[in-house]
Amino acid sequence: MAIIKKLKAVKINQKHLLGIQDLTFPEVNKILSEAKTFIKLNRSSSKKSDELRGKTQINLFFEPSTRTQSSFELAGKRLGADVMSMNIVNSAIKKGETLIDTAMTLNAMHPDIIVIRHSDSGAPNLLAQKVNCSVINAGDGRREHPTQALLDALTIINRKGKITGLKIAICGDILHSRVARSNIYLMNMLGAKINVVAPKTLLPHSIEKLGVKVFNDMKKGLDKCDIVMMLRLQNERMHGSFLPSPREYYEYFGLTQDKLLSAKKDALIMHPGPMNRGVEIDTNLADDINRSVIREQVELGVAVRMACLKIFCKKI
Amino acid sequence: MMKEQYLLNARIIDPKNDIDEIGGLIIDQHGLIKASGKKVKDQNIPSNAEKIDLKKHIIMPGLVDMKVFVGEPGYEYKENFRTLSDAALSGGITSAVLMPNTHPVIDNVSMVDFLKRRGRDKCKINIFPTASLTKNTNGVEMTEFGLLMKKGIIAFTDGVRTVQNPQVMARIMNYANQSKSLVIQHAEDEYLSEGGLINEGEISTRLGLKGIPYLAEKIIVERDLSFLEEYQCRYHISEISSKKTLSVIEKAKKEGKIFTAGVSINNLTLNEKDIGDFRTFLKLSPPLRTENDRLSLVEGVNNGSIDTIVSDHKPEDEESKRLTFSQAATGATGLETLLPLALELYHNKNIKLNKLLAALTSNPAKILNINKGNLNKGSDADLCILDINKPFIVKKSTLKSKSKNTPIEDRKLKGKVLKTYIKGKLMYESN
Repeated sequence: MAIIKKLKAVKINQKHLLGIQDLTFPEVNKILSEAKTFIKLNRSSSKKSDELRGKTQINLFFEPSTRTQSSFELAGKRLGADVMSMNIVNSAIKKGETLIDTAMTLNAMHPDIIVIRHSDSGAPNLLAQKVNCSVINAGDGRREHPTQALLDALTIINRKGKITGLKIAICGDILHSRVARSNIYLMNMLGAKINVVAPKTLLPHSIEKLGVKVFNDMKKGLDKCDIVMMLRLQNERMHGSFLPSPREYYEYFGLTQDKLLSAKKDALIMHPGPMNRGVEIDTNLADDINRSVIREQVELGVAVRMACLKIFCKKI
Repeated sequence: MMKEQYLLNARIIDPKNDIDEIGGLIIDQHGLIKASGKKVKDQNIPSNAEKIDLKKHIIMPGLVDMKVFVGEPGYEYKENFRTLSDAALSGGITSAVLMPNTHPVIDNVSMVDFLKRRGRDKCKINIFPTASLTKNTNGVEMTEFGLLMKKGIIAFTDGVRTVQNPQVMARIMNYANQSKSLVIQHAEDEYLSEGGLINEGEISTRLGLKGIPYLAEKIIVERDLSFLEEYQCRYHISEISSKKTLSVIEKAKKEGKIFTAGVSINNLTLNEKDIGDFRTFLKLSPPLRTENDRLSLVEGVNNGSIDTIVSDHKPEDEESKRLTFSQAATGATGLETLLPLALELYHNKNIKLNKLLAALTSNPAKILNINKGNLNKGSDADLCILDINKPFIVKKSTLKSKSKNTPIEDRKLKGKVLKTYIKGKLMYESN
């Protein structure tokens, strides 16, 4: 964490966190070093701070989510904010209200921060144009999931001490993955070398232009890697037009002991969750406390989101 | 009857007859062109005739726009015939080919009657409605080509949609051969483009938007050109967007296949980078592609592989565009800016003036087989008077179209329409 501490004085100029693509290197370090302080708080018996006392946070999740939504909710509450999670199923959105109208309605209630997840790429950008408060992207379509990438970075730094020079393999459904995109931008910025490993049908067009090496073979893609990041394969993509079957996918792209041998001996396994055990990852590997940092990712997720809420909430 | 009008001291450009000279133009008492060219001078003018000094500005045929969407019937809140006319006239467009994608779709004779009546009562420009190729543009059953042509339909197209089923398409082309109907195809394989929002490439990957591969267009063009070998009908590709499709067209034309192709002004003057931060006004079909694609399309117009330039005028109200990119409606308005935006390609020395103007006037008229887009003696005096160097900035607030979804807000352009005449009558004059 040495590098991070040095850059602590950096100011973040933007009001919103819409994607890693909009952040600079010092800004990322500022968020990560702030997050580091919250790790301790979260492990202590009294987890409450009053950084955001009097502030109102609205969670606007248009897509079902367990861990991200609860993580943001907890993060806001631990900072002392009043947190409201909108239940979209019973809301006016189901009655045909547009995103902008919903935003204007919520805006009239003077929130300080809106956390949004939406199935359409760019939805947080649209929201940010229309409201006065800060907008934090909790995942939009296949575009970005910035807090996931930041928590992944924090997890890696926590375990490996640095990211510069590490070799990171991101494996699985890159095509539909916002986690992959945000991680590619962030890990590149932090000086890692990135391999993406996926069947050709699950790779986005021109992905190599984002600064990654592309592999269609797990063993080659994992060769001497420090970090193996697995992605979730959506059920609806397992059969037919993207892939022949889940078992064929597991055979060639599922993370198994055997394939992991080509990575470094101390390589860490990461997964943004929720996992499909036996589809993209061997169930024993997922639970291997020496290799898998999947639960730590969840833990540090709260700290990273606290840091983001604190930093961006104060930008207003 | 009107007075004879002498438009004098002008630069006469008539792309059809390859004329570009200083002279004048006489409009007779019936609104027809009596004479034009360098012979028409300020001499021996009858005393009862009207004399107009055009101060060296250009007289050219009014534009013939082959792809225009109007909101009647069904979407009058987006554009009606009156607002459409005002928009067209201020852009020097005197003839517009209307797409059948209204609600209901123009796919039967009674709908054509309705359109003609509305057009006659409300429209100030010449309109040429098309009928759909297939009923309700479903791509299954063909419409009554013969009966519709009897009612005055001059072309058939599914507009924003493409006939997907090859057998249906083959039969349509075979039948069109016999009925001598003009078939206009919007080339898009709907399986390949399904859910697609912008050009497939690095930008779609970065924006996280599903891409539309160029193949979706190319494969339909290749398919239809194969059919054309068997079923020689009048066939026009509505608009192309990629370099690869252009190569297919160039090759087929070299081999002697007879067909024509168009391009939207948007694909000639914008590229995928203009989409920026999810600007829904640039969500178009076909999508904006790479700068490399754009440059090759410009060259295609220059070398004649591409025959026509269209505005692809698709008015959409604010509410349909103030949505997330994937929810937003597709299309942009373009009637009023078609000519000045096209002239940008001339001012930048990308396309020669006569080629450019032919693609906007005489070429579409020839494809449609209508006597428009020329300054021949005896033709209707549908004219556009143009100050080719006058600069202006595109502003939503000054646009006349009912919908304001212009993709080029704030663009600085050069070339302003000063006057537009329909059948010899002054219908528009810029202030």
